[in-house]
Amino acid sequence: MCLGVPGQIVRLEREEPGARTGKVSFGGVLKPVNLSYVPEAGVGDYVIVHVGFAISKVDEQEATVVFDYLRRMGELAELEAPPP
Amino acid sequence: MKFIDEYRDAEAARRYARLIANRTRRPWTIMEICGGQTHAIVKFGIDELLPPELTLIHGPGCPVCVTPLELIDKALAIAAAPGVIFCSFGDMLRVPGSREDLFAVKARGGDVRVVYSPMDAVALAAAHPDREVVFFAVGFETTAPATAMAVYQAHRATLQNFFLLVSHVLVPPAMEAILSSPMNRVQGFLAAGHVCTIMGTAEYGPLAARYRVPIVVTGFEPLDILQGVYLCVRQLEEGRAEVENQYARAVRRAGNRPAQALIREVFTVVDRKWRGVGSIPASGLGLRPPYDAHDAERRFGVADRHTEEPAECESGLVLQGVKKPTECPAFGTRCTPERPMGATMVSSEGACAAYYRYRGVAAKVEAR
Amino acid sequence: MSERPPLSLACPLPITETPQILLAHGGGGKLMRQLIERVFVPAFGGSPERLHDGAVLGVNGTRVALTTDSYVVRPWKFPGGDIGSLAVHGTVNDLAMCGAKPVALTVGFILEEGFPMASLWEVVRSMREASASAGVDIVTGDTKVVDRGKGDGIYLNTAGLGLVPPGVVIGPDRIRPGDVVLLSGDIGRHGIAIMAVREGLEFESAIESDSAPLAGLVAALVEAGIEVHCLRDLTRGGLASALVELAQSARVPLAVDEAAVPVREEVRGACEMLGLDPLYVANEGRFVAFVAPQDAPRAAALMRAHPLGQQAVEIGRVAGDTPGLVSLKSAIGSSRILDMLSGEQLPRIC
Repeated sequence: MCLGVPGQIVRLEREEPGARTGKVSFGGVLKPVNLSYVPEAGVGDYVIVHVGFAISKVDEQEATVVFDYLRRMGELAELEAPPP
Repeated sequence: MKFIDEYRDAEAARRYARLIANRTRRPWTIMEICGGQTHAIVKFGIDELLPPELTLIHGPGCPVCVTPLELIDKALAIAAAPGVIFCSFGDMLRVPGSREDLFAVKARGGDVRVVYSPMDAVALAAAHPDREVVFFAVGFETTAPATAMAVYQAHRATLQNFFLLVSHVLVPPAMEAILSSPMNRVQGFLAAGHVCTIMGTAEYGPLAARYRVPIVVTGFEPLDILQGVYLCVRQLEEGRAEVENQYARAVRRAGNRPAQALIREVFTVVDRKWRGVGSIPASGLGLRPPYDAHDAERRFGVADRHTEEPAECESGLVLQGVKKPTECPAFGTRCTPERPMGATMVSSEGACAAYYRYRGVAAKVEAR
Repeated sequence: MSERPPLSLACPLPITETPQILLAHGGGGKLMRQLIERVFVPAFGGSPERLHDGAVLGVNGTRVALTTDSYVVRPWKFPGGDIGSLAVHGTVNDLAMCGAKPVALTVGFILEEGFPMASLWEVVRSMREASASAGVDIVTGDTKVVDRGKGDGIYLNTAGLGLVPPGVVIGPDRIRPGDVVLLSGDIGRHGIAIMAVREGLEFESAIESDSAPLAGLVAALVEAGIEVHCLRDLTRGGLASALVELAQSARVPLAVDEAAVPVREEVRGACEMLGLDPLYVANEGRFVAFVAPQDAPRAAALMRAHPLGQQAVEIGRVAGDTPGLVSLKSAIGSSRILDMLSGEQLPRIC
């Protein structure tokens, strides 16, 4: 549930509190998104958008963890089949 | 697309599947809370990648599915009222009430409109001062901040023709209801990632400790779910019962503070009925004064309506994870996406619909 | 088995027979098919297996293709075209899908009182251009006006007539096991272009409807001697519905590779954002061709050499265990069954 899609803020449009909005790009599609809940996010940042609101700024460093983890597991040979 | 495509990589998925298989020594039953996770699991066939000892059961994380019958009936009554513009997310339009759904009301001339965001409904109210605009506020904690902002802005702009029909529900009480049930089989949870972006992860700590279940906050792409399952299995095998955050790229422990603040400003916690499950105390949100001036149930006098759930629909048991869609006698026969009996078949996130759509014939054969 | 009270009249048991027409009946999915099979075919005759875009009739030794279509798109004008060009292309395409060379079109206008004359001019000019570029004449027509409030500005109805060259037999009953399924280009543009206007989406590079006349592309295949068994243009209900419908009509199994289906980045972005599946989004200038396997590489090359087929690609085969079933291999390598669209595809939150 909670279809939340990552998109990139390409420009800010309004700055009033509660109505801070910007254009967010989803693979090239631009949609106006309410940015009131992500005051720390600016142009160039990625945000998760749900029903027209950005609910979180994507932490690009954490985003690589899924893959780093796999790599480390590979090094630890956790990916090898256990002995019979 | 960035932050989507990389999490659908086939090779990485296979490697995670191997990791999980290597770790799994005993049978475990894990529940994914969120309907979006169910959708991804069935669509990408993730459960087919898991070892047979692991059972994934689908939880009540579909706000569409859990909206009680009587609230749908209230929505239908309001939508049919003259002069009303009834706004809803697309998901709700085909959820069956006692006799019909919103599509049928639309076919009879009701002004029912699909909106992408609650703010679209506010804009309609501003543009049509002579009409009453009602927004069907369905959703978990993820959607509550958007609804809160809508009614907050409407109130500030003194839009007296804007109303909310509130159906927001909260996840942790539902998890507690499942865990405390004598029929409970769940040993570990994949918690709803986007709910946690708003609420943070702190409220799951007491649940994990009291019921001794690992709770892994998980995202929605195939690799997220696979990593979530892996972390959960690892905890189970090691005898741990902690809260872990797989979806750290979007979820912080404290959650989203401005969003929580507005939710507290606009809403208060109330008891709520869950379709197919019954009433769960302190499991929903209701409007606080002065925002309750925008409460549609009060405005349209439907607050006292009560409806009983039908006997045959087993959505409730599916929602609690007690039954798989294929174990329901009506699945694929009397209950299909075209003629749904219960919400789990209507909602694209409902377990039954997901099974029907993605498992198709195999599932139907299994059901016979 | 638990004890359950007998089904009571209060049970919301299936809204099986809807007493009224729903929007979903026009959606190109299951409900529409049911309407055709249960209401129209029994009344007018014909067999559900031979349901196709047009009818081919023998008239004094000549094979004539006949088709009809109605156009109710809202907004009437959208990036990449308008209701007029859509109507011409759509009708020409239905004829082409039967293997026919389009000869003539008719057009009926149903205009709402108050529709601007300037807009009507625009539609008519657009139709003239579209028919000229498709090499077909609009030979007769009709005009009706309905009261203000009783129509969406403008509706169009068309009929198309074409001639099927001798020896050309194209239809679902010609599909054979082992046939290759070719797709003429990327999917989802038309549906997203329409939705862009409705939902207020902007695009960094404009998404335009892919509405286009396909007769020339089809003729290129036929004239090159490609053994084409079946053609189907994709419209409402998208690629998925077209494949499932064909698999059921022809009673064959299909195996399709999702990763092979081209989707433009912006179309994907719009779909992800709205919660739509590109496989079910409407198209107007794309088709699938079932060709004999030995001709497939040549057919794909011919299509790619044509301006309307530049992204043509093999997406699957007639293969599998269960006739009527379409099996899709997903991006991460697992399989799922593709079903027809159920009702309208609506933007979702869940």
